[in-house]
Amino acid sequence: MFAYIVRRVLATIPVMAVVALFVFSLLYIAPGDPAAIIAGDQATPADIERIRASLGLDRPYLVRFGAWVWDIARGDLGTSIFTNLPVRTMIAQRIEPTLSLMVVTLILAISLAVPMGVMAAWKQGTIIDRAVMAFAVLGFSVPVFVVGYVLAYYFALEWDLLPVQGYTPFSRGFFPWLENLVLPAIALGSVYIALIARITRATMLEVLSQDYIRTARAKGVGQRAILFIHALKNAAVPIVTVIGIGMALLIGGAVVTESVFAIPGLGRLTVDAILRRDYPVIQGVVLLFSFVYVLVNLAIDIAYTLFDPRIRY
Amino acid sequence: MERRSFLKGGAAAGVALASGGVAAPAYSQAANRTLRFVPQANLANFDPIWGTQYVVRNASAMVWDTLYGFNDKLEPQRQMVEAEEVTDEGKTWTFRLREGLRFHDGEPVRGRDCVASIRRWMPRDPMGQLLRAATDEIAAVDDRTFRWKLKAPFPKMTMALGKNATPMCFIMPERIATRFDSFTQINEYVGSGPMRFERNEWVPGARAVFSRFDQYVPRNEPASWLAGGKRMGVERVEWVIMPDPATASAALQNGEIDWWENPITDLVPVLRRNRNIAVDIADPLGNIGSFRMNHLHAPFNDVRVRRAVMMALSQEDYMTALVGNDRSLWKPLPGFFTPDTPLYTEEGGDILKGPRNLDAARALLREAGYTNAPVICLVAQDQPITKAMGDVTADLLKRIGMNVDFIATDWGTVGQRRSMRNPPNQGGWSMFHTWHAGADAINPVLYNAVRANGDGAWFGWPNVPAVEAEVPNWLAAANLAEERAAIARLNRAAMENVVYAPTGFFLSYQAWRRNVTGIAKGPLPFFWGVSKS
Repeated sequence: MFAYIVRRVLATIPVMAVVALFVFSLLYIAPGDPAAIIAGDQATPADIERIRASLGLDRPYLVRFGAWVWDIARGDLGTSIFTNLPVRTMIAQRIEPTLSLMVVTLILAISLAVPMGVMAAWKQGTIIDRAVMAFAVLGFSVPVFVVGYVLAYYFALEWDLLPVQGYTPFSRGFFPWLENLVLPAIALGSVYIALIARITRATMLEVLSQDYIRTARAKGVGQRAILFIHALKNAAVPIVTVIGIGMALLIGGAVVTESVFAIPGLGRLTVDAILRRDYPVIQGVVLLFSFVYVLVNLAIDIAYTLFDPRIRY
Repeated sequence: MERRSFLKGGAAAGVALASGGVAAPAYSQAANRTLRFVPQANLANFDPIWGTQYVVRNASAMVWDTLYGFNDKLEPQRQMVEAEEVTDEGKTWTFRLREGLRFHDGEPVRGRDCVASIRRWMPRDPMGQLLRAATDEIAAVDDRTFRWKLKAPFPKMTMALGKNATPMCFIMPERIATRFDSFTQINEYVGSGPMRFERNEWVPGARAVFSRFDQYVPRNEPASWLAGGKRMGVERVEWVIMPDPATASAALQNGEIDWWENPITDLVPVLRRNRNIAVDIADPLGNIGSFRMNHLHAPFNDVRVRRAVMMALSQEDYMTALVGNDRSLWKPLPGFFTPDTPLYTEEGGDILKGPRNLDAARALLREAGYTNAPVICLVAQDQPITKAMGDVTADLLKRIGMNVDFIATDWGTVGQRRSMRNPPNQGGWSMFHTWHAGADAINPVLYNAVRANGDGAWFGWPNVPAVEAEVPNWLAAANLAEERAAIARLNRAAMENVVYAPTGFFLSYQAWRRNVTGIAKGPLPFFWGVSKS
């Protein structure tokens, strides 16, 4: 297993190299000019050209790519064209809110969606099943920003229970931290809960129809033990897969959620950087995201072995 | 008291009981000393010379002071300057600084700091460039005096040093102004104004924090825009960046922010219904909507085609698309300069007045030999103003029989593509939409968009010698009557040749909690004089 983990971690290097080359090339050919944005609307073409030169944006593709790769190899993600701050610093400023949002969303989603899916499968065809499925359809259908606005309207404006926006660092206390994350996590988690609940239900239905479940029932095993020990553990592999795939949903959804709730996270940093063509920041964030994806996939593969002993690497 | 503040207050009171009864008042006072403000855009950089976006200028006006400053009558007033002496038939200016001026690092503001700051500012500013060309020598005389020798008189000197158009001539320490040229961003923010920039709390895209500078010496006069005594009524100003207007609206209603610089018109009725919120016009000088046609390439290299578009365009359509049905928010603008400012004129603007004549426009297009050549119309979809105007233009051009190639894109792409001089079908463009701050459109030097000096002109590169001939006439004018005469001639020439197409003059709102007082209307948010109870 250890050798497998090392192999997988090493395999991230070529993956990220391809991502880096792709992102750099894409940005190079994409339209848009950070120098024009910096110069402002009243600038003359000569002003813009001078700023472009001062930023090194007039250098040839290979020279810029070579310099960037050399910096990355030394652990330097570069400096933002606009803020003049190191990209590493900007990512460090933004990583806690995004990580917090994702963790709270993940905990909320798994703790709600898995029992909902199990209950729906157990009570197939009943009102509980239909209610869970109706919620799932709703969760899939209503965009995150709509859920966000509705939650903010009722919980913040009408009932004055939670803040509309912002983020409080964990270092200022658990409850202030959580207070700012409740609404965004529910908004972001709605799709995720729907997805996991549906997959859990479908997988559980398949497992619950297996012979060994009938045997367990015949032996007099209790309903709770059948559901959560015999059935859920065997249904876990597809559920874990979906949870992993859903991380992509979370990162994508975080962009919208962070905008709606004014959370200063990586999603907003990415959007701002793209709109301004802040190339070093875009490159740094995309590299980080690709690294996270690779790690999540690795974690899922390892999780398979915990749930299904037949799987070996 | 609102529920959440009641809960917070209760929590604070609990702490107070446990700690001898001081926490609750402290909590309340700290909240009242901090003003939370939502700016128009993200403060992505903080160098007012390198980055000339308005949002940078607005933040910089708190942190750096200027030698002169415009008051609300657009008159330049002494600010850091105590007195100036003009000798040698207007060719030598000697400036004396006020006593007690200090930078945020405690160092005094000296003549040589002003000289270095002016030298860094001049290459980036249209008036600065004129001054640089006219400069013989500029040097510090002593710690509180510097002298500027010119090759020729420059009557608009105080206007150049005190204007609010970007880039403003902010005063920085010499060591910073000389270490970074005009095209290199500073990384040390030592100001001379009433507020310090808290660099450690700056999270670009999310937050910027400013705290009161105790050693700032305000002038004795009452504050008026960028002039007079800049007395801070709060200890701390926090800029909270909110990209989503609905969130900003909710946060203002909920009391999580105190002042919102630019609420969108659609949300104003909601804000007005809240008795804790005041809504008013932000800037009486407003904005001028526009689209620019490319004078280098067909079809708009023919003035008849440009005139055909002008005679068909309805400013009412544009303004309704921008601000809705609220007629108090816009005015027709048959001219190029800001309404209600000294140089405003409608000379030559008849083409934009009266009922629109689409048939005449079509006939003029036929006369010009327009043969259905595609019009590459760049429209930034991420800017509500350009998007609204672009939709109206596309419809207008189709109605007069033009073939529109509508390029829906983002502002970053427009910013790049509009600088391309290639023909439209080779990566160039035919027209794009933008807008100009009314505060910038008050004279022809601050206002690049109206200039028509060919290669040196703004995008679209109009070449109209009759326009350019009036710029030096305005600069040399001895009095307002002469200035107005020069501008009237300039306006007529610009209209006849359609330097660009003005789509109307429009205003926008600002909104704040009613416990905040002292907010002024002006071309930028002025934080001095604002307090919170």
